[in-house]
Amino acid sequence: MLAYLVRRLAGTIPVVLAVSIFVFGFVHALPGDPARLEAGPEASVADIEAIRVDMGLDGPIWSQYLRWVDNVVHGKLGRSIKTRAPVAQVIGERFMPTLWLTLVAMAWAMIVGVGIGVLSGIRRGSWQDKAGMVLAISGVSFPGFWMGLLLIDLFSVRLGWLPTGGYGTWQHFVMPAFTLGIGVAAVMARFTRSAFVEVSGEDYVRTARMKGASERVVAWKHTLRNAMIPVITLTGLQFGFLLGGAIVIETVFSWPGLGRLLVDSVSFRDYPVIQAEIMLFSIEFVLINLLVDLLYAVANPEIRLK
Amino acid sequence: MSATLADPVVKTAIRTPLGEFLRRFRRQKVAMVALGVILVIAFAAIFAPWVAPFEPAAPDYDHILEGPSLLHYLGTDAYGRDVLSRIIWGGRVSLTVGFLSVTLGAMTGVVLGLISGFFGGWVDGVLMRLMDVLLAFPGIVLAIGVVALLGPGIDNVIYAIAVFSVPVFSRLVRGSTLALKQTLYVQAARSIGVKAPMLMLRHILPGAMPGVIVYASLRLGTSILTAASLSFIGLGARPPSAEWGAMLADGRSYLGVADHVTLFPGIAIFSIVLAFNLFGDGLRDALDQKLR
Repeated sequence: MLAYLVRRLAGTIPVVLAVSIFVFGFVHALPGDPARLEAGPEASVADIEAIRVDMGLDGPIWSQYLRWVDNVVHGKLGRSIKTRAPVAQVIGERFMPTLWLTLVAMAWAMIVGVGIGVLSGIRRGSWQDKAGMVLAISGVSFPGFWMGLLLIDLFSVRLGWLPTGGYGTWQHFVMPAFTLGIGVAAVMARFTRSAFVEVSGEDYVRTARMKGASERVVAWKHTLRNAMIPVITLTGLQFGFLLGGAIVIETVFSWPGLGRLLVDSVSFRDYPVIQAEIMLFSIEFVLINLLVDLLYAVANPEIRLK
Repeated sequence: MSATLADPVVKTAIRTPLGEFLRRFRRQKVAMVALGVILVIAFAAIFAPWVAPFEPAAPDYDHILEGPSLLHYLGTDAYGRDVLSRIIWGGRVSLTVGFLSVTLGAMTGVVLGLISGFFGGWVDGVLMRLMDVLLAFPGIVLAIGVVALLGPGIDNVIYAIAVFSVPVFSRLVRGSTLALKQTLYVQAARSIGVKAPMLMLRHILPGAMPGVIVYASLRLGTSILTAASLSFIGLGARPPSAEWGAMLADGRSYLGVADHVTLFPGIAIFSIVLAFNLFGDGLRDALDQKLR
């Protein structure tokens, strides 16, 4: 297991490095001069040069990159062009709301998605199976932001039960978390069903049934536990999907999270914030996938012993 | 004697792979319906100037935010523009973005996947690490990065979405290439001196195509949805243009007052994305059971 851990960690390093080069290159590929942008319209040439040095944008490109990495590692991400506040602080304020939103969405989507998938798998061909799969393919195709608007229309505007947006109480969570989770629940349901069906054909399931194990034990103990292994991997990928989805859903519900911050920053061309956010999103995603792979290795000895 | 023997052979229809596929695909009722929906929307979009009852951008301030009526089948928006006509014209934008971005992404991905799988070694290593990096940005974040770089606008959305389709296709094609290059017919072709580009394009690519086609169809749905999302958050088509996501963003302010402005463009997005997903599922079942 330790060998696998080291191997897998080592595999992550080049990806993180490459991501950092991409994100670093991003600012250099931008039209215009970031130092001039930072300085504002009334700055003199000397001011701009001073800011260029201050931002670490002087000297050869490789030294700029190294200083940038050094700064990022020490949490020095520059200042937001829009608010002048340090980027680390701007992002810090928005981090928890997004984390909570994605966790709540993931939690319900997992439970409901896997539940529907298992029920469909057990009663293959029944009307419950068909209904479940119709729901699932609809959920995959449903534009989340549209669902958000429909929910706001019904529950906030017409019934007045839930707030249209914002952050604070549990009522604020209901609609955004539901909307964000739909796509994931749908993918989970489809995937769990096919994993379940595949495992049901295995010899050990047949053996369990022959031994006289009840259908309940066969389904939950022998089939589900093995079917869950590929589902774990999918969960990691779905987290990336959720992070992406949060960008749109946060805009719909005026959620004070990282997603809406990214959208606002792109509209405002607030490059230091965009840069830091893209870096954060991808590193988060890489880390989650690392974690998932490790979990997978714990669940499946074949992987870690290879 | 020989004629009588040949007769039954002539009478049996020749089973070509294409014929086999069409026979199996036609049995998929849901996918056939989905294909029908796609064709209807595509037809309306292509012939929009003749099909749409009104000019999509013509304001009519005497009839703003009117519900569906016999004059305006799906009602009017905040500028009195006909919602149905805007949806029909918007179909042009969505389908164009979908087809161009998937074609661009798939072609790039197929070429990279073929090269990666065929040559192996360090070429494969470098290309696949590059794909890992692209996959390290969760889908829409990569698209937003590209839009931030190139500026908002529907043209840039096409590139943005193409970029995040590339790794999916290249991995898929790499996998098929690895398997196909071991087959006897590819080995045979290689042994008589067929050159690498010809081997890849003539002998390996056709074998990898079924998977590519299935993914392309499923990807079309995703791409159209992503494009609409980007437009909705204001990074794609700009509000005055008749794009489905942008129309939803417009209608947001009139929830509870004029629901039809958000309802119908949403139904349009949902229908086309669902249709492409169901069509892709049907294709997959008809082309190859193993792809399930």
